[in-house]
Amino acid sequence: MSVRILPGTRGGVGESVRRVDGVPKVKGAFQFASDLWAEGMLWGYTLRSPHPHARIRAVEISAALTDPGVHAVLLAADVPGKKTYGLEFSDQPVLAWDRVRYAGEPVAVLAAADLETARRATERIRVDYDVLPAVTDMGEALRPDAPRVHDFGNVLRHIRIEHGDPGAPADVWVEGYYETGMQDQASLGPEAGLAIPADDGGVDLYVATQWLHVDRMQIAPCLNLPEEKVRLYLAGVGGAFGAREDVSMQVHACLLALRTRRPVKMVYSREESFYGHVHRHPSRIWMRHGARRDGTLVNVYARILMDGGAYASSSAAVIGNASTFATGPYEVPNALIEGTCVYTNNPPCGAMRGFGAVQVCFAYEAQMDKLARALGMDPVEIRLKNALGTGSVLPTGQVITGSAPVREVIRRCAAIPLPEEPAASRGGDPCSYPGGAGNVSRGEGLRRGMGFAIGFKNIAYSEGFDDSAEVRVKLFAGPAGPVAEVHSAAAEVGQGIHTVLTQIVRTGLGVEHVLLHPPDTQVGSAGSTSASRQTMMSGGAAQLACAVVREELCARVRRRAEAEGRALRGEITLEGGAVLAGNAPVGRVEEFLEMPIECVRTYHHRRTQPLDARGQGDVHVALAFAAQRAVVEVDEELGLVRVVQVATAQDVGRAINPQNVAGQIEGGTAQGLGLALMEEIQLQDGQIRNASFTDYLIPTILDMPPVISVLVEEPEPGVPFGAKGVGEPSTVVSTAAIVAALRDATGRELNRVPVRPDDLIGLSPPVASPGPPPSPDVPGPEPIPKRAGLAAGQADLMRGD
Amino acid sequence: MLVRANVNGEWRTADVWAGASLLHMLREHLGLPGSKNACEQGECGSCSIWLDGELVCACLVLAGQAHEREVRTVEALSARETLHPVQEAFLEVGAVQCGFCTPGLIVAVADLLMLDPSPDEPAVREALSGNLCRCTGYQKILDAVRLAAERMRAR
Repeated sequence: MSVRILPGTRGGVGESVRRVDGVPKVKGAFQFASDLWAEGMLWGYTLRSPHPHARIRAVEISAALTDPGVHAVLLAADVPGKKTYGLEFSDQPVLAWDRVRYAGEPVAVLAAADLETARRATERIRVDYDVLPAVTDMGEALRPDAPRVHDFGNVLRHIRIEHGDPGAPADVWVEGYYETGMQDQASLGPEAGLAIPADDGGVDLYVATQWLHVDRMQIAPCLNLPEEKVRLYLAGVGGAFGAREDVSMQVHACLLALRTRRPVKMVYSREESFYGHVHRHPSRIWMRHGARRDGTLVNVYARILMDGGAYASSSAAVIGNASTFATGPYEVPNALIEGTCVYTNNPPCGAMRGFGAVQVCFAYEAQMDKLARALGMDPVEIRLKNALGTGSVLPTGQVITGSAPVREVIRRCAAIPLPEEPAASRGGDPCSYPGGAGNVSRGEGLRRGMGFAIGFKNIAYSEGFDDSAEVRVKLFAGPAGPVAEVHSAAAEVGQGIHTVLTQIVRTGLGVEHVLLHPPDTQVGSAGSTSASRQTMMSGGAAQLACAVVREELCARVRRRAEAEGRALRGEITLEGGAVLAGNAPVGRVEEFLEMPIECVRTYHHRRTQPLDARGQGDVHVALAFAAQRAVVEVDEELGLVRVVQVATAQDVGRAINPQNVAGQIEGGTAQGLGLALMEEIQLQDGQIRNASFTDYLIPTILDMPPVISVLVEEPEPGVPFGAKGVGEPSTVVSTAAIVAALRDATGRELNRVPVRPDDLIGLSPPVASPGPPPSPDVPGPEPIPKRAGLAAGQADLMRGD
Repeated sequence: MLVRANVNGEWRTADVWAGASLLHMLREHLGLPGSKNACEQGECGSCSIWLDGELVCACLVLAGQAHEREVRTVEALSARETLHPVQEAFLEVGAVQCGFCTPGLIVAVADLLMLDPSPDEPAVREALSGNLCRCTGYQKILDAVRLAAERMRAR
């Protein structure tokens, strides 16, 4: 596709324009999903299982119904259509009927006049449970005698990637075992939405989500309604980070609204939010790296185990990512990678920023540092020596055809000036020590360390999935000049896609006044706001649509010139609302808009392939790379940490809005820092022990260091404006970089994140493992029966084994 | 119970449950959803408001405690068309992403700059340590505070 940037239009591609939704957001006037209100509205509330695994013997709802404020109590039997849903496999009950498989699973929903009445009435629902043995350890789940989470077994997906000769010898070997904890997305906006019953028997749902159309695809069959009767509208989204890929309260609110014939609002509390969405997969990873004496990687073995929890969500794709990225952004001629995701009776895991690439980056970057140490090499040098580039072959056999400026991001990152050395004598303000006001020392035990990490992430969906995006662009004459309206279902979750779309349309049409139609299901699917894909996909569709609109406008210009017997010299261009032929003005754009010009276009990325039985295939659309260097201070006596500086260079292809790109990098780094130092959902026998912001800590402004970011712009060929997604690479690398710095400061192994104070002062030993578990005996890469696939009907699902 | 409070300059009355928080009264009874509910435990600062001029988390104050007192919320900061310098600075430097924490932060920053027009960076960090933001990594929020302080001093 030829890309022509028209320079004369303000607010186009490449400018740090302000957010289109910024003014209402700073005024407190932006309507988030939890702010929605409708006349006569009821409040929905969910009763959840207290047990990780139990059979439901009976449910008694009559006591709850005695309160006059209660309008409905619904159980699984009240679901009129399909009783399960899911993103990739339809294995999750809308409401549990015979069995609950995790603590927190919805069993009943209730609608009442207000939230407090709903809460109290829900407590009066009596459920008679027969508690069953639960499997809450991912390693145990693979044992043949483990309790089965689903009838078909506990293996959610198993992947085996064989590359070159996995038996190839090497001069030097290093081995390591690594663990990562379960992280929460912790978006500040809770799950929320408002369902309004419609006169046609359908329902209108206003909801905070990442993908309107895939929600509808799951909701409509459960309601036993055709898709056109389930209309979704994007409500204001208070952050997402993967947690809103899955359905949470959507079906419940619609069921209650259709039953009561009243608008029903549901908003999760912070505690419920921890139970009500999926989390980042905890992982156990074993790795063995072999290299030649000069530092060249020869052979990598990786065994990855992930806990998918009770239901599939997007686990199959997450373990796919973890497995295909297990060797890092390095040339590795020989490899054996085995990845297994298991079902357990823990809360379900699914998408979170970085999507499987985070866990393996923590492991492979620790391995690269080990290798550097074993060979007496500099950590930066060994990474430069093995870095991928365009033309490199990945362990899946995929040849990198796009841009891959890995050496460039390493060099640019390493060149960022280091922070000042700490003063020899600390004295001064103890608040500048690790732990801030919590530090009780005089700075005696402070050690500074530096760590370096690189990593990569796929852009858009992989393994043969065609996640296309549709956009409608309409150009019409407004009272004060031409106006372009963009209609896209792309979910704005804070990352800035709406601003990016207006920038692309300004550039594409040379028109400054761009309106956004509210996102809904009246336009075709935009695909998910996930996988760093919307700038490429919806941005690509907007660019295609603009090209068609522009052509039609140019045709009108030519037709009129012909009718008037004038010859136009040179190419017709649009700039700042004017039409030019060559350099000569022909007229204002609106003169040619007696009739509006409207166009709908769909953008498809290049085709990819599924993994074959040997784990081979051209699976990823495009790759984005990042390097980070972290400098930390550790108080070796107190186990407290201060991250002093994060320096980073990221491969962005082309920055459509440089200020927003920097914002994504800084925010992504904060979430990586959280996983490195503090964030973990504490599970005990399947129960979440810290479902609050008092007990689950996320970084505050006191925890975050300055983040110095450099954008490496090497456009990706065949992609609109050459722009790669920018949301995830910083999260992928920052955990690895910060823990590398902690190892440098303390000399300790630190093979599990989050790193705790105990780990830093040696009170608890590194996590150990007897060795990787044997590979599960499953029939190929798809152990879940086809009958549980997303397209399967309810009859298939109920048939059982 | 009936609670009467001066909210953003206007005396308002609400009939609330005795256990309701001030945040609940503002959002669900008085039609002022600008203050956000993200934790209901005073951990995140998304519901920061002024009660008799004191910066508080509205989720930790009972509605009844606001009886006959003065409440100011984010909605009071900007007249219909004009923005407060703190709001302007947040927009200019890109300190807003999803925007859920933003109203609370705007109030907290406006409060800080009222008390200390020239805070140094550690003071800003300390003052805003009770406001969680999950999107920005805080760097651009610090930039916004610097810019707003500069402009407010110049006035």
